[in-house]
Amino acid sequence: MNIHEYQAKQLLKEYGAPVADGAVVLPGDKPEAKAKELPGPLYVVKAQIHAGGRGKGHFKEASAGEKGGVRLAKSPAEAAEFARQMLGATLVTKQTGEAGKVVNRIYIEDGADIETELYLSALVDRGTGRVAFIASTEGGMNIEEVAEETPEKIITVDIDPATGFMPHHARSIAKGLGLAGPQAKDCAKLCATLYRAFIDKDMSMLEINPLIVMKNGALRVLDAKMGFDSNALMRHPDIVSLRDETEEDPFEVRAAEFDLSYVKLDGNIGCMVNGAGLAMSTMDIIKHYGAEPANFLDVGGGATKEKVTEAFKIITSDPAVKGILVNIFGGIMRCDVIAAGVIAAVKDVGLQVPLVVRLEGTNVAEGKKLLSESGLAITPADDLEDAAAKIVKAVQG
Amino acid sequence: MSVLIDRNTQVICQGLTGSQGTFHTEQAIAYGTKMVGGVTPGKGGSTWTAGEASPDRAKGAELPVFDTVREAQGHARVDASVIYVPPAFAADSILEAIAAEVPLIVCITEGIPVLDMVKVRRALDGSASRLVGPNCPGVITPDECKIGIMPGHIHRDGHVGIVSRSGTLTYEAVHQTTMAGLGQSTCVGIGGDPVKGTDFIDVLELFLADDDTHSIIMIGEIGGSAEADAARFLASNKVKKPTVGFIAGVTAPPGRRMGHAGAIVSGGDDTAAAKIEAMKSAGIAVSPTPAAMGRTLLELLRK
Repeated sequence: MNIHEYQAKQLLKEYGAPVADGAVVLPGDKPEAKAKELPGPLYVVKAQIHAGGRGKGHFKEASAGEKGGVRLAKSPAEAAEFARQMLGATLVTKQTGEAGKVVNRIYIEDGADIETELYLSALVDRGTGRVAFIASTEGGMNIEEVAEETPEKIITVDIDPATGFMPHHARSIAKGLGLAGPQAKDCAKLCATLYRAFIDKDMSMLEINPLIVMKNGALRVLDAKMGFDSNALMRHPDIVSLRDETEEDPFEVRAAEFDLSYVKLDGNIGCMVNGAGLAMSTMDIIKHYGAEPANFLDVGGGATKEKVTEAFKIITSDPAVKGILVNIFGGIMRCDVIAAGVIAAVKDVGLQVPLVVRLEGTNVAEGKKLLSESGLAITPADDLEDAAAKIVKAVQG
Repeated sequence: MSVLIDRNTQVICQGLTGSQGTFHTEQAIAYGTKMVGGVTPGKGGSTWTAGEASPDRAKGAELPVFDTVREAQGHARVDASVIYVPPAFAADSILEAIAAEVPLIVCITEGIPVLDMVKVRRALDGSASRLVGPNCPGVITPDECKIGIMPGHIHRDGHVGIVSRSGTLTYEAVHQTTMAGLGQSTCVGIGGDPVKGTDFIDVLELFLADDDTHSIIMIGEIGGSAEADAARFLASNKVKKPTVGFIAGVTAPPGRRMGHAGAIVSGGDDTAAAKIEAMKSAGIAVSPTPAAMGRTLLELLRK
């Protein structure tokens, strides 16, 4: 789960990290009054969406002006004008795709005199199985590009969970950021704070890009991205309350309510599969036969009739879907139970497009028999190749 | 011969009295697994009985329930523990089994917080235990011992070692090798989580050293570098066995989460294309589709 920049900064502020003063503007708020609460004389007006590249992005609507999603204002009035322009407009960045994202929240922040821009992040490194800090002198840039072009400018410091964050970790990070003297001390304090927040809140990712050194020599968190481990949200109701569902695909939100794992894609063959790996490779085999999957959908191991029905509803409510492929390897779950679920779902939801069903595993013969005797226009398939070939043919004609 | 488990392996179940623990223990007993007890804190001293709905071979089976793993070890030799404890408490159960020096721990639980697993992984360093999982189907040596949630009947005693990050995709490989008449020596589901116990290389080492494993299928996914590392390990190893590889997620769009916490494309060496390339350059025969794993292996063995 991701949160907005302003929420991340508020959280970091509570932990004592150096963050600028700022105010969030929601539709209906008075942006000028909000900006006047800040010290000035510079105001940074930032569109709040869950995607990067906002500064270099552009708005679809002419009324939002030609500037990107991060704008510098010299008065509360100008800041308010920018906020009004951006609210409700659609911001397109490198990470949003063509469709862009509607801006529903604005963050106005006190401006800073930047001397140097640095990069600092923390994540769980699957290789070492530890939390690792990544630091670079190349702040404000795309870190993947830095990794590719000048890997020597990136350092990684992993933290032994048995000791936690130690002064020697801080010294290594400060060195990697080119900081010395009092700034190195501030950096050490900041990193210890970030590590504490990361562990306390079960983050999966914390990225500060850039971390800046200001003209007065102080450090400041200028931008912050935060992701949380969805498996750990059960112990963080405070984080769950920060969730902004308007940032998420409505189908994905609905699927999650039924404990289905769904991701919307660009093709026209809807898929319903049990297991993430099998679901991904079902998408792959559709592509192998020359078509594109409309979605990833994992109904999980314990697929009940209710889950199968809901999965069907979600798949069929996508207007792009021109055919459906159901691929279930019934293990503990018996194929006849799955077949009964599919039949009930089709009867309940209705079937407007071709449906190919491939069942394998426990009680497969009984499952196939149920499908063929149902009187519904379900095309049975013998194996995964047969299934993929049949659905692609049915859709492409 | 097989790896990790065989007909003599004695197993306890942590979380035995829960619905998952009960169901899969009944299945395991029916398969022939030597279950010797269970652990549920607060229910020590009671007796677990297989339910009315359990398979015939398990009907009437009884197991002693203990409060702690240590107590269970006082009752019988414990070679392995299988864990069906809910995600919020699963890491603690794994840590208990590590503290009790259970040689093999298989954790089926899906959805354990990743920072809990960071602690577990640290506790495994220098310990007497090996952890398989979490978020995995488990380990099976056909006709001898089944630890986990896989359907036993699709397996056949044979000589293919299967190691996989994904559950149902493993069943696909099992089914195909059974249909091809090859059968399996041992199948190990290592699980889809980013921080886990056993990884590809650990299992490949076991397969290469096992006389009964004549060939290998390894099934990976997008995300991380474990498959590429494993391919390089096989390329540099002196012992060679015919190996088929498959990677799921060729069509997965970058940066989107696909069910498993582990399956995220984030650029670089962790894409499906990069992994397939690493496998090919290590001499692994890459199956073009998930339906062709058995066939690809048969063709490789005929060469």
